[in-house]
Order: sequence, then C-alpha cells, then structure tokens
Amino acid sequence: MNYKTENIKHIIVEKPLKLDCGKTIKDFPLAYETYGKLNKNKDNAILVFHALTGDQFVSNINPITKKEGWWVTAVGPGKAIDTDKYFVICANVIGGCMGSWGPKEIDKKTNEPYGLNFPVITIRDMVNAQETLLDYLGINKLLCATGGSMGGMQLLEFCSTFPNRTFSAIPIACSTSHSAQNIALNELARQAIMADPVWDNGKYIKKNVQPKNGLAVARMVGHITYLSEKGMQEKFGRKLQEKADYEFSFNADFQVESYLRHQGYTFVERFDANSILYITRAMDYFDLSKKFKGGLLEAFKGQKIKYLVISFSSDWLYTTKENKDIVIALNASGADVSFSEITTDKGHDSFLVNEPEFLKTLKGFLDSMHTKFRNEKRI
Amino acid sequence: MKKEFKVIADLLPQNIRVLDVGCGDGSLMSHLIQEKNIEARGLELEKENVQKCIYRGLPVIQGNAETELHQFPNQSFDYVILSQTLQAFYNPEKVLKELLRIGKSVVISIPNFGYWKVRASLLFFGKMPVTKTLPNSWYNTPNLHMCTVKDLFHFCIEKNIKIKKVIGINENNTSEIKKSNLEIKNFFSKLGIFLIG
Repeated sequence: MNYKTENIKHIIVEKPLKLDCGKTIKDFPLAYETYGKLNKNKDNAILVFHALTGDQFVSNINPITKKEGWWVTAVGPGKAIDTDKYFVICANVIGGCMGSWGPKEIDKKTNEPYGLNFPVITIRDMVNAQETLLDYLGINKLLCATGGSMGGMQLLEFCSTFPNRTFSAIPIACSTSHSAQNIALNELARQAIMADPVWDNGKYIKKNVQPKNGLAVARMVGHITYLSEKGMQEKFGRKLQEKADYEFSFNADFQVESYLRHQGYTFVERFDANSILYITRAMDYFDLSKKFKGGLLEAFKGQKIKYLVISFSSDWLYTTKENKDIVIALNASGADVSFSEITTDKGHDSFLVNEPEFLKTLKGFLDSMHTKFRNEKRI
Repeated sequence: MKKEFKVIADLLPQNIRVLDVGCGDGSLMSHLIQEKNIEARGLELEKENVQKCIYRGLPVIQGNAETELHQFPNQSFDYVILSQTLQAFYNPEKVLKELLRIGKSVVISIPNFGYWKVRASLLFFGKMPVTKTLPNSWYNTPNLHMCTVKDLFHFCIEKNIKIKKVIGINENNTSEIKKSNLEIKNFFSKLGIFLIG
C-alpha cells in the first residue's frame, strides 16, 4: 500500500492478550474511528465490525485514501444507521493495515516490519482486541453490534464471548465457519500473492516494494465472488471496453476484464499483501462451534441478545442456507431471533451498495431496538 | 383487533413461550407480549409482513411453515398458534404433526366450510362459496384442503389428538363446541378455534 498510517487515531492496548496461537501480546496499537455522539445514557452506541478489506473508516470520507467510507450507504447523518442519533464505532482489525497492529508494523525486537514473523491471528483474537476499545470508550453495553461477511463472523464470536456487552446484534451475509469452497477461494488469493516473486516470503516490505501483481489478482478473485452471475451479466454481459471489435490481443477487450483490472490495481494502493494472507487465514480458521463442544447451540445458549440475521438471495459466497443455519442454531438455543432474506441480484456485495429493502430493514430493526433498550435501561 | 385473536389470547396463560406460525404483521404477537407478558416468536412467509414485524421490534423468521418447521426443537414452545392457514398447506396432516411436536399445546383456527352460508351457496346457487372468511374465488384461492369444524373434530379423535377445547365464532358471538352440540355449532360457526395437544 502507498499510504502512511502512523498518525491515525488509535489506542495502545496495554492489557496482555493471549492469542489463540499461544503467544501473548501487549502494548499494541488498535486504530479506530467514531461517528456521531455518545449520549448521556450511553444507550446509542453501535459497534461495526469490518470485512476482509475494510477498515475503521465506515462513513464520510476516508482521511487516508480520500475516498468514501466503505459503508457510507448505510452509515451517516439521516442514513439507516443514523449518526445524528447513534454513536458508531469501528476499529481496524489486528492483522489489518490501517493503523492497527499488523504484519507491516515494526517488530520492536528486530526493529523491522514483522512480515511473516507476525503471529497467525484468529477472529477471536480480533474480537478480544476490540473489546478493550469499549472499555476505553466507557461503554458497558452497546445498543447493537453489526457486521457483514467477516464482520458478521467477528460479531458472532463477540456475542458468544461477551454476551452481556450488546443488547442486539445484526449478522449480515456471513456464516459460522468457512466451507471448503470459501477456503479454496481464499487459498487462491493467497497463492496469487505468494506466486508473485516480489512477495519474497513476505519480506518485500523491508525493500519498500509491493507484490502488486499478485495482490491485484487476489483482489480480482475476491471481486468475482462478491457479485452474482446475473448481476455481472447484466452489468457487463459481453460488452467491449471502448472499442468496436476484438483487438486480437490480450488487452482488456471486455468491459468485465477492464473492471477487474481496475479493481485489482486500485486495491494495491490501499492494502498490504501480507495483511490479506493473515486475515484470510483468520477467516478460514473461524469455526464458532469448535470452541463449544456441543456445537453451535452451545455457542448461543443463555444469550439475551436480540438478533436479526440478514441474507441476500443472490449471495453465493455466504448463502441464505448458511445464514439460516445460524438462525436454526439460535432458535434451538431459545434465542430472540429474526431473519430476513433480501431479494436482490447484487450478490454478496449487497450490504455495501444501495439496496433499499436491506437498508429499510436495518433501520427498522435498529430504531425498534433503541426504544426497547432505552426502556430496559430505565427499569 | 380481530375477534378471533381475542379468543385465542383468552385461551393462553400469562408468561409463556408462544410460536405464532403465519404471524402476519405481528398484531397477535404484539398483543400477547403487551397484555400477557408472553415471549412470542413468529414465522411468516410474506416479506412485507416480515418487515412490518421487524419494524415493530417483534422477533420474526422469514420462512415457509410447510417446509421449515423442522428448525424448531421438540416441545420448545408452550403454545403454537396457527391462524386460518391449515387449509392452505399441501400436507396439513404433516404440518399439524410438526406443530404438536414443537408445542406442548396447539391452537388452530379454521374457516368453517360447514357454516350454513357456505352450504347454502353451494346448495342453492351451485357455486363455490365466497364469504368474509373465504374471500377468494375457486381459481385463486390459496385454500387447498377446506374442512369443516366437524371434519377437524373427527380428525383429532381419529388420530388420537387430545381436544382440550373448541370454540366457535359467529360474528361477535362465541360458544364452546362439544361432541354433544357439534352438529348445530358446525352449522352456525363461521370460524372454529381448536385447542389441542
């Protein structure tokens, strides 16, 4: 990536944190951003967990990339998650590259960037780190925690590890563990990065270069999985890119090729290749039922959290069936759960784009939860 | 609120767990939560209704009762309610079994095909009846398995399902239906509400 991240708002987590891999870390940076104001009663805080390539800049203009925040469609003044009303918090995951402790940060022992010396982290490690932010901000119980895709995984882990820290939860387009296909697609992304000779076992960062080609291919793979077949066909079809006929070359003749190349090569500017390796690994290792030997049911047992699970009809990365499995487990454990499948052609990406039915559902649930949470606090 | 819902609500004790299958816009659920401190859950097929429930903060799962009741564990609810939907399933017997598996008791309401106006329509006009409780024409009705109060009564006996109470509704009048007055109530009730299980 091309951006400096030293001066990003962050806390230093002093509390020792035991990672799943066995190592214990402390005094590490956790970068975060907030939107809106925490009210007196502290009943309006919403924690957002970001997805694989997201960061803490949910809304407004990302001060680092100068582009719009990744969830600007849903979060902001007057939006579904209304920052005039709610206090929205988002932290960059550890392992990431937007100011939190990650593989591009300097290892104090060697005075060099970690690279592959960075420990393999898990979704639970990410969540444990973020819990300390709530303490720092003085929030005992959130109104709601939400996240899509990997954000949803973090959310499920958060709810089962800290069931008393949120009143409600909205897992969006996620699953409780990666399928073989999910792992395979992530492996494809990792292999693309590792096959780039510039990657050099993760040591590229010391030489101040980047495995741009590998990282761009990894992003292209991702982008295909975020769209639905129908959505892609409607958007691109066989349309040619600013030309009347085939060029009989390997340039981007088709619009879809040009789109993928653009996505790939703009991504390398804002993301670190090693971070992709670490974060995709964390996603693959995630298995909510593993910690609870009784299976998923145990993971949700005794929780008072009010859930709304949302899936998208054309999402083939985290299908409606996988989301329904979460609902079934929640139901079996007697939890308070709602479920809605949004009908759309926009695929997995639906939660990031302007999908009115989704945004309406999100807003309706949040506002009703806010009323309930306020009443609960009053009693 | 509909008379039917009032009758159903009166059948239920306070502070229990209820699953409302085909909960519509959540009117009954919301009444049960407010008036009886009942922990209610809904299952609803229509997207618009699901959203209405969500906006009201009612826990609702979008899904099809015909195929998705298996997700609820055995005896996980004190009462399961099915309002005027039994006749619309492909396999009402199977659905009924599922309801009895999930709930310790089951409340089912049915539009009564034995109601005298329904009978008269067929007898005197030779046409499929269209009434307030059966508002659709033969070609667009969702009702595949119409039955009478007497039919369901006999069905329960035949299948060894315990009938705890049956109430007939005609306009604003309600009355208890028993074996002894079954014939007459089957003639005068627009709607039958069965508490079984």
